[in-house]
Amino acid sequence: MQYQLKINGESRTVDAEPGTPLLWILRDELQLTGTKFGCGVAYCGACTVHVDGYPTRSCQTFVEDATEAEITTIEGATDKVAQAVQAAWREKDVVQCGWCQSGQIMSAIGLLTENPSPTDEDIKDYMDGNACRCVTYVRINEAIKLASQKLEA
Amino acid sequence: MTINVSRRGFLKATAAGTTALLVGLNAKGVLAAGTSAAVATGLNPFVEIDADGTVTVIIKHFEMGQGTTTGLTTLVAEELDADWDAVQIEFAPSDNNRYANLFFHAQGTGGSTSIANSFMQYREAGAAARDLLIRAAAQKWDVDASTITVENGMLSSGGNSGHFGEFVAIAATLEAFEKPAVKTPNQFKLIGSEKLHRKDNTGKTNGTAMFAMDVNLPGMIYAAIIRSPKFGGTVVSFDDADAKEIGGFIAAQVLPNKAGVVAFGKNTWAAFQARDALSVEWDFSVAETRSTDAMIADHKAMLDSPQFDANHEVPLASVAPVLANATKTIDAEFTFPFLAHAPLEPENCTIEPTENGVRVHDGCQFPTFTQPMVAAVLELDPSQVEVKTLYAGGSFGRRANATSDYNTEAAMAFAVSGGKVPVKLVWSREDDIKGGYYRPMSAHRAKIGLDADGKIIGWDHRLAIKSIVKGTPFAGMVQNDIDPTSAEGVAESLYNVPNFGIGLSDFQTPVPINWWRSVGHTHTGFVMETLMDMVATETGQDPIEMRLAMLDGGTANQARMIEAIKHVREISGWKKGDKRGFASHFSFNTCVAVVADVTVDGTTVKVNKLFMGVECGVAVNPDVIRAQMEGGAGFALSAIYRNQITLSDGEVYQYNFPDYDLLRNHEMPEVEVVIVRSNNAPTGVGEPGVPPTGPAVANAIFAQTGTRIMDLPMSKAGFDFM
Repeated sequence: MQYQLKINGESRTVDAEPGTPLLWILRDELQLTGTKFGCGVAYCGACTVHVDGYPTRSCQTFVEDATEAEITTIEGATDKVAQAVQAAWREKDVVQCGWCQSGQIMSAIGLLTENPSPTDEDIKDYMDGNACRCVTYVRINEAIKLASQKLEA
Repeated sequence: MTINVSRRGFLKATAAGTTALLVGLNAKGVLAAGTSAAVATGLNPFVEIDADGTVTVIIKHFEMGQGTTTGLTTLVAEELDADWDAVQIEFAPSDNNRYANLFFHAQGTGGSTSIANSFMQYREAGAAARDLLIRAAAQKWDVDASTITVENGMLSSGGNSGHFGEFVAIAATLEAFEKPAVKTPNQFKLIGSEKLHRKDNTGKTNGTAMFAMDVNLPGMIYAAIIRSPKFGGTVVSFDDADAKEIGGFIAAQVLPNKAGVVAFGKNTWAAFQARDALSVEWDFSVAETRSTDAMIADHKAMLDSPQFDANHEVPLASVAPVLANATKTIDAEFTFPFLAHAPLEPENCTIEPTENGVRVHDGCQFPTFTQPMVAAVLELDPSQVEVKTLYAGGSFGRRANATSDYNTEAAMAFAVSGGKVPVKLVWSREDDIKGGYYRPMSAHRAKIGLDADGKIIGWDHRLAIKSIVKGTPFAGMVQNDIDPTSAEGVAESLYNVPNFGIGLSDFQTPVPINWWRSVGHTHTGFVMETLMDMVATETGQDPIEMRLAMLDGGTANQARMIEAIKHVREISGWKKGDKRGFASHFSFNTCVAVVADVTVDGTTVKVNKLFMGVECGVAVNPDVIRAQMEGGAGFALSAIYRNQITLSDGEVYQYNFPDYDLLRNHEMPEVEVVIVRSNNAPTGVGEPGVPPTGPAVANAIFAQTGTRIMDLPMSKAGFDFM
């Protein structure tokens, strides 16, 4: 089947079997490998992308359900909030292995877009679905606070 | 700052015909310099400086998040006085002779050794390059070398100044000093600096960092493997009728070793779907068929009559007569489950045909094993196998195993595919959780004898565990029948304990096992530090004062540990009668002491804060050390709270993160780390944060509830965590 997708502002046509998760379309067909595979059951958040602006697990989003949506991946995350989050991530030296971090960043952008001044509890609640095996949570939370300050300034 | 993980550096310079200055080891293994042409005659560069002034550090260890790319770059840039932000990195090719870990005599990353074994090697390469550039500039400017200063990638003398690149052509013609003078600690600008940021920051925050699973090659097909549900089972036959209904399915084949059936697909999803649709008949005649409870009982039975003395200075048999004279004994038994490493990037490997062999794309932890093992499967000479190392999405030991299991699986899949197109093997998370190579399960039993004054007079310690190294290429580590990774942490404890006998038994099972972040110390640290707390409680001593007294033996490592303990006591404000938990443990030549602040409400435990004191010699990158302590602590919490791999009739019960859940954001305590200022040679930090964290928390739970936790994970004792 052919599907038309709108990814990072561009229209892309892909050949895929119905039921194929968006994750594998991005990674295998479109070489947008910044979006990562961690569990395949929407339990770790490594595959998080934005669908119509909302952080969404691409491993549980079927290609046929994504044709009407605006999809943004880490490669297309360039708005003001994204820039503040990425800059804060670098300033706090959040990353270790890095495999979960695209998903963490996409979730953090979602959080700050919805709630520019989150409390510590807001951050922990919102980010709880994004697992980090290296356990960089201390710095993730510090970076989100820093990004929030940058955006307020 | 850009990160380039390709072989851009000296290969590009060769192709373009421009001169680059390379400094590294020559074929005789001594420090030397030359142009890119010298690579062919045996020069292995650690640093390359191009005509445009670009400095590239060649990283001989892989990066799994532990910070090696930042650390090795710091060492070179420090001595070179390079512009930190402009220094690039590149992973070394597979080359055992040239890029060996100096502690292993083999190319590999592990045992928290990257900085320790590279500390002088990479600094001397940087110092030699700096010296060559100075002599070249002296020649070019016709000035005395002593008048030249170097700063931020620029040389200057009087009115002359120029960037590194302007001098490489002359420098490459000069002889390098074999032992160049390196800086003294008071001259360090980058080593120990709090201002450096990680070299892998940019690529890992914008999606461009290349991991092995991100490899896409023209014509590539994808592979997924169905493996025996019971460890050690083999394929009898299979049926792919249902797989043929899956769109994108290409073919299915039995692996040559009969350990599984590989399904090929046009993409990862098709390969996964087709694999799941295969039905396979297995031969379980030599497979593991026991359940966890039976295996625990079998471990405990082995404690009755240990096979080996792990402390050959004190035979176990000599301890019983001593304990007969004890006024009091402390008896305890502990069990630990199998644990999966669960790196967030599941195991994967791509094999690509090349003109005269293959190229292996992998987050490769042990090229020294991967290269010949892939070669053996494909009946090639190791020199025909090129290993291209990419970022690894975590490892925690999983990617370092003596069989290079997923590399050889990929090689088998490539072979049965016909070997004409690139094959990417991808493991699902279920493959990873159910796939073995676990931290081995184990059981410990201890009997500690106290005299009337509460002093320890003897200690009978027994443990049963499957050996990680016996029967593998690492078997050379075995001494007097003892696999040192089994008993490390009990054996060679820093505490002065008289009559300390250690009995070890090697458990046998077809379940493949492997080192898991901090290896033997994952269980021995927990056991030793819980026992120390029990002795302190029994004898009414402050747990910290008691340990300090037992470390009073005057060895260098005891002195280091005392410093780590005193530092953490100070930052935590520890007082006698404290209701927090304390533990300290020496591993990978590093001393870590932990105070755990815990609240217990009924059976619900909340770890509020961990204070960690670390003595790891010279702190090359203090912030990376803190990050490794934070990460090591969190990694330990995940395991002690709830992680376990259990077997039912030989089959793994857990399947994915819903029942092997990693520590979550809201569960992470605050962490405060104090690094002891030290001029000792640097030691490891990737693993040593793990061992003392679990027992510090367990001792805090005891302090508050009176409950001792001896069977891991803690959820077995009815505790839950928030």
